[in-house]
Amino acid sequence: MAGKNESVSKTLLVAFLVCVVCGVVVATAAVSLRPVQNENKLIDKRMNILQAAGMYQAGVDVNEQFATIERKFVDIDSGEYVEMPESYDQRKAAKDPKQSERLSGDEDKASIKSQAKVAEVYLAQDENGELSRIILPVHGYGLWSTLYGFLALEPDANTVAGLGFYEHAETPGLGGEVDNPKWKALWHGKKLFGEQGEVEIQVVKGTVDSSTPNAEHKVDGLAGATLTSNGVNNLLRFWVGENGFGPYLERMQQASNVTEESSEAASVSETVESSEQPEGDA
Amino acid sequence: MAEKTKDILLGPIFDNNPIALQILGICSALAVTSNLSTTVTMCIALTAVTAFSNLFVSAIRNSIPSSIRIIVQMTIIASLVIVVDQFLKAYAYSISKQLSVFVGLIITNCIVMGRAEAFAMKNPPIPSFLDGIGNGLGYSVILLGLGFTRELLGAGSLFGHQILPKVSDGGWYLTNGMMLLPPSAFFLIGLFIWAIRAWKPAQVEADDFKMKPNTRVSDAF
Repeated sequence: MAGKNESVSKTLLVAFLVCVVCGVVVATAAVSLRPVQNENKLIDKRMNILQAAGMYQAGVDVNEQFATIERKFVDIDSGEYVEMPESYDQRKAAKDPKQSERLSGDEDKASIKSQAKVAEVYLAQDENGELSRIILPVHGYGLWSTLYGFLALEPDANTVAGLGFYEHAETPGLGGEVDNPKWKALWHGKKLFGEQGEVEIQVVKGTVDSSTPNAEHKVDGLAGATLTSNGVNNLLRFWVGENGFGPYLERMQQASNVTEESSEAASVSETVESSEQPEGDA
Repeated sequence: MAEKTKDILLGPIFDNNPIALQILGICSALAVTSNLSTTVTMCIALTAVTAFSNLFVSAIRNSIPSSIRIIVQMTIIASLVIVVDQFLKAYAYSISKQLSVFVGLIITNCIVMGRAEAFAMKNPPIPSFLDGIGNGLGYSVILLGLGFTRELLGAGSLFGHQILPKVSDGGWYLTNGMMLLPPSAFFLIGLFIWAIRAWKPAQVEADDFKMKPNTRVSDAF
């Protein structure tokens, strides 16, 4: 029997048949499961956005919670909304030379090498149909890995509502503490920009309390994870700065100022609330 | 016959454990055991792949030319791994994200390859299938032990549920961060092997060499 198996034609035939059968099995599994997988990916991304925005409720259908959130596309250079196909993927675009821009050493504070020309933003609305959160995708290099996350802002495009990372490979227990809910809570109410519109947000060493000057712009770094903290600092400053969402945020600030002035009486209570936040925190 | 079946199925758990005795499959044992939910998924995935690859290799064992037998086994194993990976992505997405490349790396897991070559090529399909399950269980026993110890001591939780209240959340348990890093799995596997060999001294290997008595006669100073 061994002799029968060893002929060249038999060898080729067995190799061929094994390949065909395995190929068909693999292809069938991949194709038939793809719709479910894509659905999962979308739900996963939506869940991350909701968690960053602090809107996630466990046990409620993610798609249902996401119904009030609108996805828009922003041109990074001008900060204007642009139309893009629904299938646009910013992470893929950042790697495609046609759809991205290389960043030079000075500009590339977040160590991401190249940046998509068009970015996604998510706008959440409250029950009255008014803008309640601006959610921006951010990413940058920490110690071991690129951290991918979402930064959620109040409608004034200055106050942080939340920050969350959905993908990273930092050291568990040290840099991995970027996922710690207590640390994430520190971000709430911090202001991104100073009086003149310059980027002021900063991750600092040591605790931040009321005696710290400019406490409203500063967040306590992670203990034992200086490099990850620096990474978070750099990536945030990059993405809200002029090479990132800076132009877009400026537009949003202007837009929110206009609506504030026109309906000053109505929004007084809101503005007071949001400006009190950092002091209460401190 | 029943005795033999039991032997094939349960033998690999303690008597011929793939990790503790044959020291195979260590890589994934280090990588996926920092929490129990990924550990359990990995155990199920590996057991399924080992069992079915044994079954299919054994089913066509009489037609495989010996010159290409390794590559035929690899093709079957690789296909099964891709199918398992696709299923995980479809039905356990968050866990498959945590396992990332390690599901794909089951292909290179020596346990799967080793059983296909050593057992399935020489035995009929049904015993081969059981042998695959048995070895998967042997792997699982060690991995579950590792996952349990590492998650409990490293994060104070089991399956993500907090068991020991952590200091950082206002409790009393100071987490052992090293348990979450791969080297701790090495230490734990070492302790497991020690425990198993203390219980079953037959597994202790003979020394490769013998120490010569100290040739110096004078006192050390």
